[in-house]
Amino acid sequence: MTTAEATTSRKLTYVAAIADGLRCALREDPLVFVAGEDIAGYGGVFGHTRGLLAEFGPTRVLDTPISEAGIIGLGVGAAATGCRPVIDIMFMDFMGECGDEILNQMAKMRYMFGGKARLPMTVTTMAGAGMNLAAQHSQSLEAWFCHIPGLKVVMPATPYDAKGLLLAAVRDDNPVVVVFNKRSLGMQGDVPEAAYAVELGRANIVRAGTNFTVVATGRMVHEALAAAMALAQDGLDLEVVDPRTLQPLDIETIVASVRKTHRALVVHEAVRFGGFGAEVAAQIQELAFDHLDAPVGRVGAPFAPVPFSPALEKLYVPNADRIAAEVRRVVGLQV
Amino acid sequence: MDVDRNVLLDLHRRMVRIRVFEEEAGKLMEAARVPGALHLYVGEEAVAAGVMANLTDDDQITSTHRGHGHLVAKGGDFKRMYAELFGRATGYNKGKGGSMHVCDMEIGMLGANGIVGAGPPIAIGAAFSDRYRGTSNVAVTFFGDGASNEGGVHEAANIAALWKLPGLFVCEYNGYGEFTPPARHQAIRDVADRAAGYGMPGVVVDGMDVIAVYEATREAVARARRGDGPTLLECKTYRFYDHVGIRGMGVSYRTDDEVLQWRKRDPVALLEAHLADAQILSSDDARAVHDEVRAEALAAVAFAESSPFPEPHELLEDVYDTSLPAPDEAPR
Ligand SMILES: Cc1ncc(C[n+]2csc(CCOP(=O)(O)OP(=O)(O)O)c2C)c(N)n1
Ligand SMILES: [Mg+2]
Repeated sequence: MTTAEATTSRKLTYVAAIADGLRCALREDPLVFVAGEDIAGYGGVFGHTRGLLAEFGPTRVLDTPISEAGIIGLGVGAAATGCRPVIDIMFMDFMGECGDEILNQMAKMRYMFGGKARLPMTVTTMAGAGMNLAAQHSQSLEAWFCHIPGLKVVMPATPYDAKGLLLAAVRDDNPVVVVFNKRSLGMQGDVPEAAYAVELGRANIVRAGTNFTVVATGRMVHEALAAAMALAQDGLDLEVVDPRTLQPLDIETIVASVRKTHRALVVHEAVRFGGFGAEVAAQIQELAFDHLDAPVGRVGAPFAPVPFSPALEKLYVPNADRIAAEVRRVVGLQV
Repeated sequence: MDVDRNVLLDLHRRMVRIRVFEEEAGKLMEAARVPGALHLYVGEEAVAAGVMANLTDDDQITSTHRGHGHLVAKGGDFKRMYAELFGRATGYNKGKGGSMHVCDMEIGMLGANGIVGAGPPIAIGAAFSDRYRGTSNVAVTFFGDGASNEGGVHEAANIAALWKLPGLFVCEYNGYGEFTPPARHQAIRDVADRAAGYGMPGVVVDGMDVIAVYEATREAVARARRGDGPTLLECKTYRFYDHVGIRGMGVSYRTDDEVLQWRKRDPVALLEAHLADAQILSSDDARAVHDEVRAEALAAVAFAESSPFPEPHELLEDVYDTSLPAPDEAPR
């Protein structure tokens, strides 16, 4: 694996970093192909595959019919027989269309076949609310996938991780679901030119702090950082941990942080009930109960579909203010 | 031609209503006065109008992400439609759904849909229920050329034909699924070819000719009401604007010349030429219909824009139906 630090880096947007990651994957392995709806000729409705068709041609970068079940199945069959497919599902909400192919086929084939099958495939998709796209184009459904043994799940928060986690996902010999956030597409960050992987299953301490741990995923990492700025004046020094890989989860890094800070809050954009945060909170309580000064808090979306109206959607999507208020509540400060 | 002049005038009005509604909606989106994304129906009016003129308020339809035209043609109210696009409490969906989910259950419009290909399975449920409940209603589903490749569409068509459900499958073949032409998403030229595989009649009509759509639908609906089962009606049409909005995202995938060629067969203009020739409606009178509808649209936009946003408590309401007493309070 090339170390990122050793190579030249430049500012790229999150969306350009995804394209860069796919480009590296296509360059380094002729068995990699990328398929999805409007990802070739048009370069993806989000622009994350722009330029790939021109460089790699239509046998490796494929526009498919609008047939999500068909194309995930295509990935499963191709992966099981020696290819390394990347299948793009435009919006995470469309995962319902290919539910069986993911949960009963892609995730389980290796186990059911007694370890005889290898499924080196990657599924990329866009999650996230806050763009007035309503209930079927805004969801964060990562908890579904974390619950299925056999799948790995990553949620890059930055351009650097978008490229690095994507490459790690493609190189991994297991099926990996890569959940990007559509509201982060324009975000700028340093991205090395070289092909580098961000190790799966390794959390990132995004901000070191001493007396409160916030575990945040995806775009919520940035909201948590903003909350940390706001809370500094209250004497709260937040440590912000981004798991990056939700499955397998780097619980050691999270627990080590909590042992130091004694309080924790888990934040995600998805619905709070039954969310990934519940798993993290439960594990913290199992592994570091004696170190906790307060119950672990959770911030997530309320129990409703994502509303269209901006007046309601702004109340729906978690943000820095809600995170800060919840931190204050957990530590017992007046809100 | 055996189409009554009142029917022709009705078809004309339905088309003009769609055209004007969409032109104004497009302007609102381009000016960022409404949030989110709109998929406009301009160019495809003859399909919705020609089909809907054969339906009553009791017949149901399922729609698509490009659904405004279907609701307008079914008799949707401009005020509540625009209010929904603005995300206001006075909208059809109280502002919770927006363009892609606009519905009117009272007149059998079971919603626009953000999931491509989601309509047909729901429509066969409505058709099943129509027969089960002993009505003579039919359920019509609209889906695009792109949607025709979703598994659910085939499953629905197979069940509908097998059970001879009172349904109609209307494929709006507008030459693109987003930015991909059918030549690159299916190996057949006519989606109607698939009808044989489902075991139902497949009919291809000129979707720019509202009279052709009207007549083909009339026959298919009569067949469905008689209990002889569903039909796959494919309407060859064209969307004049981009996949989203008017100018869209500025990436080219079709030529200006192609758009121009299709615009020469503007379905509204085609019908107006015919009505003028047949001395049913002069071009001045046609203009007057446009003006009248535009005035209604502008008033509806003003109503919508000055309507209140939904209150915060709305966020958590309508997730479940709480109109009935909880089970333990129910009378025994
Ligand atoms: C299940 C699903 N897949 C993909 C999309 C994204 N999408 C929205 S519209 C569209 C194209 C649909 O094409 P077609 O059915 O021909 O309808 P048209 O837009 O031409 O009216 C696509 C791919 C979606 N909304 N739902
Ligand atoms: Mg189409």
